[in-house]
Amino acid sequence: MQKTSLYLLSGLLLLLVLLMLNISLGSVTIPLKDILASFFNAEVEKETWRYIILDYRLPKAITAVLVGSGLALSGLLMQTLFRNPLAGPYVLGLSSGASLGVAIVILGGAVFGGVFSTLFLSKFTLVIAASLGSVLVLLAVLATSFRVKDTMALLIIGLMFASLTSAVVSVLSYFSPSESLQKYIFWSFGSLGNLAWQEVFILAIFWLAGVIISIFCIKNLNALLLGEKYAKSLGTNLKQNRILVILATGLLAGSITAFAGPIAFIGLAVPHLVRQVITKSNHLVLFPAVALGGAILMLICDSIAQLPGSNLTLPINAITSLIGAPVVIWLLVRKKKLYF
Amino acid sequence: MIKETEIKPILQAQELAIGYADKIVAEEISVEINAAELVAVIGINGSGKSTLLKTLTGNLDPLSGKVSIQQKSLKDIAVQELSELISIVLTETHFSQNLSVEELVALGRQPYTNWLGQLSSEDKKAVQQALELLEITDKSQRKCGSLSDGQLQKVFLARAIAQETPLIFLDEPTTHLDLYHKIFVLQLLKRLTRKTKKAIVFATHEINLALQLCDQIILVNQGKIIQKTPEELIKSNLLQELFPKDLVEFDAASKSFRVL
Repeated sequence: MQKTSLYLLSGLLLLLVLLMLNISLGSVTIPLKDILASFFNAEVEKETWRYIILDYRLPKAITAVLVGSGLALSGLLMQTLFRNPLAGPYVLGLSSGASLGVAIVILGGAVFGGVFSTLFLSKFTLVIAASLGSVLVLLAVLATSFRVKDTMALLIIGLMFASLTSAVVSVLSYFSPSESLQKYIFWSFGSLGNLAWQEVFILAIFWLAGVIISIFCIKNLNALLLGEKYAKSLGTNLKQNRILVILATGLLAGSITAFAGPIAFIGLAVPHLVRQVITKSNHLVLFPAVALGGAILMLICDSIAQLPGSNLTLPINAITSLIGAPVVIWLLVRKKKLYF
Repeated sequence: MIKETEIKPILQAQELAIGYADKIVAEEISVEINAAELVAVIGINGSGKSTLLKTLTGNLDPLSGKVSIQQKSLKDIAVQELSELISIVLTETHFSQNLSVEELVALGRQPYTNWLGQLSSEDKKAVQQALELLEITDKSQRKCGSLSDGQLQKVFLARAIAQETPLIFLDEPTTHLDLYHKIFVLQLLKRLTRKTKKAIVFATHEINLALQLCDQIILVNQGKIIQKTPEELIKSNLLQELFPKDLVEFDAASKSFRVL
């Protein structure tokens, strides 16, 4: 237990260091002294710097923390619920479900036009639609998982739902005006920036709701590590637990995808990376560890996306895939077998 | 001092009919299980052993009749309460191999832990006792994925012990084990019933061993379920009729089945 607290503490420190590093990186070079000054409301050499730090880089860094930790947690929830080490919000089609929700709002608004579009185009409806989309896909995957017990079949079903939703998105895009289409495509690249404080606030509320719900699932998730029959014999209310986990995952993955676009591999890879360090299976320990790990990895990915020393910013979705995919392959090859 | 006749059975089933909506598996069953008894459920493949166990553990509703545990009807017992009465050991292998032995055994304490599942000092003591009882304390930090089938069987048994229930049900605890370990596990179960006063019920295909080691046998055969002691069962003609007579026969003298 002491060793675990030590890991958590050093993880927290690393997170703070990366947070500072992330904020200091960007197309405009700002000295550390002025970064700190702008936090503490002291005098800054240029007022625009204060604006860049407080209203652009800080909300972006906080978004990265929320997105990373939220996706990693929903990955952990999925892996235990399905008792499948390869489950995750992206693999099981949750992100595609959220994409469909967003597409219906952005593209559908334009296609159906008029009253519809003004009714729909606020950020809040975007989040609701995305959350609904991921909950729907999750329910569908869950329904089929009762019939198909096979690990691989479940993943293939997730893939099928992903291609189903993307087909619907294609149809919608075909009829959409180029303006909305462009908007959707930029969204699908994924981006942590461009969020005003108000939007970060909405994301934080959804994140908090998801996290609180999943905290109530911790004990039941531990029981589920033995399988549903054992969990039931230990007094677990399986149905209620399933609903809570779905709700938590839908809120987390849905809201995150709505704001930051579909981001791959964080949910799948982080729980496994954390298991390399922390050997416990107790979700009470894994929860904070996975949340920290997700936040750390996301900050690293975002810092790389800044391409330090250049004016360019790469799409965040590309970076997480470039890092995440090799990590998963490496884990599979090295360990031969992944555990949930 | 309680007289022998006043001891009430832990589990009792009367006039029970089991099966599914479209198929009755067995009728007119009466079963009685007392504390500190080792009970084997035997029968050929597909005879309804698991249907019976599912019904007795509350995972399947009886078609008629009732099962009661400690004088209380099973259908009035909530899942939470039942977890303090019955613990199970399954043949299922799809569990997290990442769990350490100690963690897995500690999960048996869930009925007693708080909403976050944190272990109290009492819980930790129960876990340690269970580990000691099965002599696996030295393996407590090993990952379950690195254990042999026999060791794993002990770990799951320790988990059931840690759950501190008067009844333990096991589904074919000796499959995948060699003859020596089969006897080892069954001896262990017998010792546990004597030591902990728990009643242990298990389904098995090891009829020869069950006849030698168990206190009671529940025979499931062709829609009939009969409970007898091994001696009564051997004297009756029931075992002779268990299998088709072309390959194997029961020899009452040696109390075992023989290949023809």
